[in-house]
Amino acid sequence: MPKLTIDGIEVEVPAGSTVLQAAESIGIEIPRFCYHERLSIAGNCRMCLVEVSPGPPKPAASCALPVAEGMIVKTDSPLAVKARKGVMEFLLINHPLDCPICDQGGECDLQDQALAFGYDRSRYNEPKRAVEEKYMGPLVSTEMTRCIHCTRCIRFATEVAGVPELGAVGRGEHMEVTTYVERAIDSELSGNLVDLCPVGALTNKAYAYIARPWELKKTESIDVFDAVGTNIRIDSRGGEVLRVLPRINEDVNEEWLADKGRYAIDGLKRQRLDRPYVRKDGRLQPATWAEAFGAIAERVKGASGASMAALAGDMACAESMVLLRDLMSSLGSRSLDCRQDGAAFDVTQRESYLFNSGIAGIDEADALLIVGSNPRWEAPVINARIRKRYLRGGFKVAMIGEPRDLTYKHENLGAGVDVLRQVAAGTHPFAEVLKVAERPMIILGMGALTRPDGAAVLALANTLATDLGVVKDGWNGFNVLHTAAARVGGLEAGFVPGPNGRDLEGILKGCESGAVDFVYLLGADEIPMARLGKAFVVYQGSHGDAGAMRADVVLPGAAYTEKDATYVNTEGRCQRTHRAVFPPGDAREDWAILRALSEVLGHKLPQDSLAQVRDRLASVSAVFDDDTAVPVSAWGTFGEPGGEPGELADAPFESVITTYYMTDPISRASRTMAECTEVYGKGNQQRTGTNG
Amino acid sequence: MLQDRDRIFTNLYGFHDPFLKGAQARGDWDRTKEFLGNGQEWIIEQVKESGMRGRGGAGFPTGMKWSFMPKEVGERPHYLVVNADEGEPGTCKDRDIMRHDPHKLVEGCLIASYSMRAHTCYIYVRGEFYRETEALQRAIDEAYDAGLIGKNACGSGFDFDLYIHRGMGAYICGEETALINSIEGKKGQPRLKPPFPAGVGVYGCPTTVNNVESIAAVPTILRRGASWFADLGRPKNSGTKLFCISGHVNKPCNVEEEMGIPLRELIEKHAGGVRGGWDNLLAIIPGGSSVPMLPKSICDTVLMDFDSLREVQSGLGTAAVIVMDKSTDLVRAITRLAKFYTHESCGQCTPCREGTGWMWRVMERMSQGKASVEEIDMLFDVSKQIEGHTICALGDAAAWPIQGLIRHFRPEMEARLLGATSTGTTQSRAAE
Repeated sequence: MPKLTIDGIEVEVPAGSTVLQAAESIGIEIPRFCYHERLSIAGNCRMCLVEVSPGPPKPAASCALPVAEGMIVKTDSPLAVKARKGVMEFLLINHPLDCPICDQGGECDLQDQALAFGYDRSRYNEPKRAVEEKYMGPLVSTEMTRCIHCTRCIRFATEVAGVPELGAVGRGEHMEVTTYVERAIDSELSGNLVDLCPVGALTNKAYAYIARPWELKKTESIDVFDAVGTNIRIDSRGGEVLRVLPRINEDVNEEWLADKGRYAIDGLKRQRLDRPYVRKDGRLQPATWAEAFGAIAERVKGASGASMAALAGDMACAESMVLLRDLMSSLGSRSLDCRQDGAAFDVTQRESYLFNSGIAGIDEADALLIVGSNPRWEAPVINARIRKRYLRGGFKVAMIGEPRDLTYKHENLGAGVDVLRQVAAGTHPFAEVLKVAERPMIILGMGALTRPDGAAVLALANTLATDLGVVKDGWNGFNVLHTAAARVGGLEAGFVPGPNGRDLEGILKGCESGAVDFVYLLGADEIPMARLGKAFVVYQGSHGDAGAMRADVVLPGAAYTEKDATYVNTEGRCQRTHRAVFPPGDAREDWAILRALSEVLGHKLPQDSLAQVRDRLASVSAVFDDDTAVPVSAWGTFGEPGGEPGELADAPFESVITTYYMTDPISRASRTMAECTEVYGKGNQQRTGTNG
Repeated sequence: MLQDRDRIFTNLYGFHDPFLKGAQARGDWDRTKEFLGNGQEWIIEQVKESGMRGRGGAGFPTGMKWSFMPKEVGERPHYLVVNADEGEPGTCKDRDIMRHDPHKLVEGCLIASYSMRAHTCYIYVRGEFYRETEALQRAIDEAYDAGLIGKNACGSGFDFDLYIHRGMGAYICGEETALINSIEGKKGQPRLKPPFPAGVGVYGCPTTVNNVESIAAVPTILRRGASWFADLGRPKNSGTKLFCISGHVNKPCNVEEEMGIPLRELIEKHAGGVRGGWDNLLAIIPGGSSVPMLPKSICDTVLMDFDSLREVQSGLGTAAVIVMDKSTDLVRAITRLAKFYTHESCGQCTPCREGTGWMWRVMERMSQGKASVEEIDMLFDVSKQIEGHTICALGDAAAWPIQGLIRHFRPEMEARLLGATSTGTTQSRAAE
């Protein structure tokens, strides 16, 4: 490890690090624009110049300079500061000084650095440059005159997002960052361009001209639009969520956030349920909480537990699920299901439904088989991680499912079940790839498990994992990729059919036959409502979507930004959201609604506070308990929940997501997402930009 | 003065047959197999001993550059790249080599590639050099047909392929790493160094980039012996060099001369002297547009080699001598160069991207007398803010001409700017 001296401090850093990184390790921050630790080094902004000896008598770019033994670096010598002041002056001569109307104002790197290295007046008397706006789609708005050509956006699009649609055209002062042909950036991670842009050249279109960063309340939370559990920060003002930014969590999302999580938030203001409703004379009429609870109590009174059922949706929090489970069991019902898509898992074995290697485990894997999943849409952040691993080389990827552009090279083995069977049997060439790999990995998507023969597929995948060494000492590469943020939490909270209870299919069949005549939907909107038959339906949730339309009683709940709630991501990582704003109108936090309802129904739940609810969660599963380590169970055979796995069907594997931008009540209510669907989903690129 | 027998480029003016027969008559391809037989180390040692410094402008010792290449071919093949993207204003030496003596270059490519264990060599020819590309390609084809290159080149057992890559006319692609990017099909932008091309070059493989003149001189050095070359010129500035003399001289020309020849002698012997006599001389840019100009007082005595020109704060560069007599509007002339560098900046680094345009616009105003005297200091300061702060040397190249102008002709600049305040723009018009 080379030893060098930075500003008089001796430091020893791993060989191959740069001077800038070495300085960072001892807390010396060198100003920079183009350098970003997750992107390749461009070294073109020249802001990070430092004085280095031995070496030529001119400053060196510390972001690109590898450390060497005995190097003496001065980060704030007169030479370095003079050089930086020069660079700052050059950056500012053609930068419009429009900070008062710029969305980046207050969180602009250029603004901050100008404070340290800028002059208070300009020596530049020539005309300034103006650059035409570029069209980059419905999510990113541009003000290219402000661009300082750091090329972070180009490097992000090319390297991380894997869509080489951004680039620089022109030379010298006419160099422009552009999408070449006025095309919307076809990436599910495009919002990160806004975060990366150090100035106000790329800004959040949905957040344009709305707020200043210092007016915003910042709440740390968790994204629930997919099962990744991306760590986010919710910026709100008054009762409004204005924007969502990613937080850094190396194990989960690094520092990226998928576009749905960032841009669907305008859906939180539309189609909201802000008061209870009760269906009278075939129409939903506004009601008070007492009336709504009364209507439910009247229906429940005297009903048998066997005729009651509950389903939980994709964004339900663990707190509400555990209370609803307790309430239902006190009413005598064991028909519960948190899988509104009907996915098959062995709920008794955690390994059967978790992303066992962990998201960070992708970095270590050396072969990957994706089955029935399109990670680019189901979990864009995980897809970026797979791409990152792919770029490092020595990583073979194959996919069984419809052909998709995953942004990295992979072999499509076909979409049929027989291919999976061949791989599992070891007769397919890719089986050998997995076998010889040290850390092979299989990603099993919901497309493989929500089929009628899901249990058989799961059993087959289990065999495959065992036989091909996907699971071995110190490595478990058997990964289930969920699409719903609530799913693993529901499974852990035991929101699954009890003994003799009905699962989703059973409940729907019961409704059709009349055996089930009371269904409690906890934010469940993705089930075929027509199959609920004549059942009495209670819908508790935040948005007026399919469930509320069908319901007889509607109880307004809180969205994820409006409550302190627990979600477990696809790897089984328990994380908590925090309330950024209050629920609208009469809407309440979901656990409190259930607690209040239980009293009216005469089966009062003992939990009076969120802390008590969380204690209850912890008693159900150690996952919810911060203090207890989650027990690791031994790898076994699974895939036969409740008996025989059944026969495999011949239907090809398909991803469960057909439109990335519209998967849940919130994104369906979002105008931004509707626009995205129009542009990307329907391939309407031509209608935009200069063509339209 | 250089004797005719000591000339390397004996067909510089195209008086003889440039192709294989003529070239062999002039001695090219003679004993090539023997040189290859002497081994890689011997060749590099000869070039080192000759003391040749790169002829592309920077003057880095060629033999030392070659010795930076890995001694064994590892996983990745080695490449030699010849920089024939001759774009420096005032320079036209490589063009004449490719036109009239292409076999010198082809033979040099073989020997140099052999010494660096490169089985493939690319010649990156400036896009505008269409006829030159044709001539060079014909020479390459002839060499292939004659078995001089290709499989078992010259019967040495060494396989060697030579390709021409045509550029698209960007000045910056003459910078070695931008040239490498351009060969790879990427945008011509210089790369960060380190890693240097000898470690990571074309397609990520060890690569050496040399100027046409450097490579073309190598076969003759081997034939005549390193000491012959080293004895010409001055210590550390040895050998012969092609000078391109242009501007206000009676007979502009390309000429091969000994390094260290006095500038005045060079111009008077070969270019017919300055138009209107030596006393009519105003200034000379001695090494292509990117080196600072020299006033007559220095031109009287200065020697034309790397070190003497460096001593007078200029440089030999590509040895493109641009002569300007007293009819020249120097401010206007440097403004034109500033415009050139603005146009050719790749746009990657901030100081060069923003600074070259700034300097050009200020120069434009100054050439019209529409600036204040204080702006001269500002201009100098801006040029200093660019110099040394960029990835490649284009920033330096843009700054130096202006620094040279201010250094030597400040009184003239001030007179113009002050004159403009009293007499308006009439004077600047007269100066155009």
